Amino acid sequence: MMEKSSPRAASTRQGYDGVVVCVPVSIPYRRYSTNSAHWWIGRALRELIAGAGLRLKDIDGLSVSSFTVGPDTAIGLTQHFGVSPRWLDHVPFGGASGVMALRRAARAVQAGDADFVACVAGDTNHVDTFRKTLSNFSRFAQDAVYPYGAGGANASFALIAKNYMNSYGARREDFGKLCVAQRANALVYPHALMKKPLTLDEYMTARPIADPIHLYDCVMPCAGAEAFLVCREDAARSLNLAGVRVLATIERHNAFQGDDMQIRGGWARDVDDLWAMASVAPADVDFVETYDDYPVISMMQFEDLGFCRKGEGPDFVRAHRFTNDGDFPHNTSGGQLSVGQAGAAGGYLGLVEALRQLTGKALGTQVADARLGLVSGFGMINYDRGLASAAAVLARPQ
Amino acid sequence: MTTPLARPKRKNPLARTRLPSAPPSPRSRTAQGLTAAAAEGRFTLQVCAECQTVVYPPRDACPSCLSPRLPFKDVDPCGMLVSETTVRVTSETYFRERVPWRVGMVKLDVGPMVVTHLHGDTCEGARVRLVLKLDRRGAPVMLALPEQDTPDMADDPELRELTCDPKFRRVLITDGRNAVGQAMARACAEAGATIVFVGIADQWRPFPGDAAIKAIAQVEIVPLDLTDTDSVNELAAQNGARIDIIINTAEHVRAGGVTEGTSLTSARETMELRYLGLMRLAQAFGPIMRMRGADGVIAAAAIVNLLSVYALTNWPVYGVVSAVEAACLSASQSLRAELRPGGIKVVNVFSGPLETEWYQTLPPPKVAPAALAKAVIEALRHGLEEVYVGDVAQDIRARLEVNPKALERELGE
Amino acid sequence: MNTAALLSFAKAISSGAVRVVDLTQTLTPEFPIIALPPELGQCAPFRLEEISRYNERGPAWYWNNFSMGEHTGTHFDAPIHWVSGKDLPNNAVDTIVAKNFIAPACVVDCSKESTADADFVLTVPFLEAWEGKHGRIDAGSWLFLRTDWSKRDARGYANLKEDGAHTPGPAPEAVKWLVEERDVLGFGTETIGTDAGQAHHFVPPFPAHFYMHGKGRYGLQCMANLDLLPPKGAVIVAAPLKIRQGSGSPLRVLALIAAE
Repeated sequence: MMEKSSPRAASTRQGYDGVVVCVPVSIPYRRYSTNSAHWWIGRALRELIAGAGLRLKDIDGLSVSSFTVGPDTAIGLTQHFGVSPRWLDHVPFGGASGVMALRRAARAVQAGDADFVACVAGDTNHVDTFRKTLSNFSRFAQDAVYPYGAGGANASFALIAKNYMNSYGARREDFGKLCVAQRANALVYPHALMKKPLTLDEYMTARPIADPIHLYDCVMPCAGAEAFLVCREDAARSLNLAGVRVLATIERHNAFQGDDMQIRGGWARDVDDLWAMASVAPADVDFVETYDDYPVISMMQFEDLGFCRKGEGPDFVRAHRFTNDGDFPHNTSGGQLSVGQAGAAGGYLGLVEALRQLTGKALGTQVADARLGLVSGFGMINYDRGLASAAAVLARPQ
Repeated sequence: MTTPLARPKRKNPLARTRLPSAPPSPRSRTAQGLTAAAAEGRFTLQVCAECQTVVYPPRDACPSCLSPRLPFKDVDPCGMLVSETTVRVTSETYFRERVPWRVGMVKLDVGPMVVTHLHGDTCEGARVRLVLKLDRRGAPVMLALPEQDTPDMADDPELRELTCDPKFRRVLITDGRNAVGQAMARACAEAGATIVFVGIADQWRPFPGDAAIKAIAQVEIVPLDLTDTDSVNELAAQNGARIDIIINTAEHVRAGGVTEGTSLTSARETMELRYLGLMRLAQAFGPIMRMRGADGVIAAAAIVNLLSVYALTNWPVYGVVSAVEAACLSASQSLRAELRPGGIKVVNVFSGPLETEWYQTLPPPKVAPAALAKAVIEALRHGLEEVYVGDVAQDIRARLEVNPKALERELGE
Repeated sequence: MNTAALLSFAKAISSGAVRVVDLTQTLTPEFPIIALPPELGQCAPFRLEEISRYNERGPAWYWNNFSMGEHTGTHFDAPIHWVSGKDLPNNAVDTIVAKNFIAPACVVDCSKESTADADFVLTVPFLEAWEGKHGRIDAGSWLFLRTDWSKRDARGYANLKEDGAHTPGPAPEAVKWLVEERDVLGFGTETIGTDAGQAHHFVPPFPAHFYMHGKGRYGLQCMANLDLLPPKGAVIVAAPLKIRQGSGSPLRVLALIAAE
């Protein structure tokens, strides 16, 4: 008798040939909004269609990410917006929503299930939205995190950051360096809510939120929306749209359950696949858009996505300059730390910015000769760690 | 090292009393398993019945084998504090009023990582032991204590927030005429209560122990008769705002069943004193205490019900008393829900027969009034909600868990 | 008496020519009641529960429910109260002839003696000495024992020691003499009972109850203001509630006195 073999076969990831991402849309953020998430998503959708030169009825695929659209989900929005897609997705993965929406939409287009997939993320921020989102975030959070000081993500990431600092010798100055560089990038990005220059000294002396997290480690919750369009390369060309190519993507959920504390994200498990599929090396990319809620997570991403080895994040940060004119342009629009975190749209921010950088249409400082970009997403701190991780290697139009 | 609590200064009579706010209390139904343990001061987590994995946060399927059989069991509460933070900004009013607030992650020896409140004497990288407590909204929370007791550790603000420690509090003993009330007054005085109000009904009627109880420095005798609405209301009007803990020691134990051995007059007296007496206390003092649930370090904290364990299942030898105690138990659950918004705990202390005159003919084991008083103080210090004092109470509780019907029959033999 | 005389009597009351003295204690929850061993049945103390007070339970009116025993506060004892009177005719508060509720009273002042000795016992010689001063005790009148006990605080009033209550009361032969030799209507006191606090040691025990009720006579206790009454000449109005087969009842006791 043959021994039953593991059902897992060696995976061969197929490329995304013939699929492009285009029409980056950002609806300018607001600290607080009296409008609903539907309003924000609708605006982004409208701008996306206009930017693509399409009509509403041409949209036959829709992907939605939002924390505050409840009680609706994507299905309710079809009637709300008067669209009749033949492919519909709801991607509630927070900071990993952008890349995850992209890779699902890309496969749908590639398979012919849809021609034009509008990917939209938007959230509103009423005065009490943030607290309500925190208190209802997940069952584990409700049972086992929120009752402990109700510090929300700040407290959870404080614990992760503290442990990372203890383990690898990261210092607050290292986190601060990333924040300061992002602020510099944001100063010229028109939609950024944070418009004041930030010095390392200001970063260091900012008021503590949940040690070691201080004010400038935290994103500012706000209202806003981001969107992009996924379609076939030839369709984009016929619409005269600059289509960014998708070289590789990965996603992973609930990785490394055996780690007592989150010291790495799911990227570490799939990073080899990512670069192999893209047929490029980390050193080849011209800029990196990490999910930057909080800087410690950006540092983990440098490690887990292959820019340095585990534990070398602090040294990596000390050795590089992260502004758009530096040797490692990072979060080129300022990231959520300076632009603001518009809920699930925060998970789109880096991707939309990458589309602009790769098509030479940066709203802020254009990274010189940007040919390749890495976009990374991270989200859903369900209990003690972020569960979702994703990354995509994108290339400028041929 | 915990800074010992200083005796609180007199309250500024012109200052507004801070109203209670609630820590976040929603929990999944499964997580209420922790509530049951916290109420009794046990430390339980789910343990998979099939693969023995210890599971936390509470789940409905084992993350190792997907078994749905995840009973809560007592487990070793020891572990290491891996990472800590001090929350200074929070979205909940309750914590906002109490920051800085330390929380941390503890790696338990039995497996899970636990997000937990931290006692001030815990430190990162050191061994700790977790305890499950009920917070001011009655929801279960974890607290990490230092591995070994430290001096004055009960005075830690995060711990004291979860307990009803009598230290520096003002206690009302509702009936000081009986042995239990007198033992309770002594115990409260010894536990550091600043005032022990002792209610005496019918002050014209002498009672044994009168002189001894008056000799306790902290004791202040007050007229109180739980069968008399005016008397209860008057005490509440005069002293309600300076009573932080009520221990209801009123008793009316008479042997006899429902068919015979108990007159309706006697049954009514029992009901009047025990059930309606509890209601009078609740109506007179409940609203005041609920409002004072966040009134500084000596905020109103608890109402203690001394209940017969036969409230849980009737013992026909004391059939009427058992029934009345059951009514009191039921009322206490309502009271608990009603006082929860103020963070006031309702502590039910169950005991079997006491070493008092009304259980005179019963054989041992019986609970001495002093032992009952000690158990009450411990319950308050630990912030418990359900306490079973003595062998009989423990026995009844255990048998109820196994086979309530069998217990009913056996008690009726 | 003709109607005119009766109406002039009424007028005398309203004009003050006849004074009305209230002999009743106020009903309060605190007022002491008879203390018996706790295993025995207990007389309920007075309790008041508000029904409404111009509030959501009754917007324009105030009223209460009250509860108490038949022998709470200033109260009347009917012959049926005691085993010795259990078989007599008209022995309950609802069947006692109504005219018996109005009768003159002889007031024997033992206040000095009672102050000196809480266990003061009223004897036949004491009564005879009283008659020597005030004249014969009239048949059909109440005999009230004035002790000024009603002026005491609650603790002094109950005056409970380890061996029980210590309050004044009549000797057995005195009660017997009052019933058999003087044919009184009943016996009234300021103390909690008609009998002395230690009367359970008398032979027979509780003679005021035993002899009075055994002969169909009545009791009044917990009265006040006996010091305002003349030794003779006061007319007492003491009508208990009409409780079916009631053994007694709280009541308002009034004394009518000529103002002179």
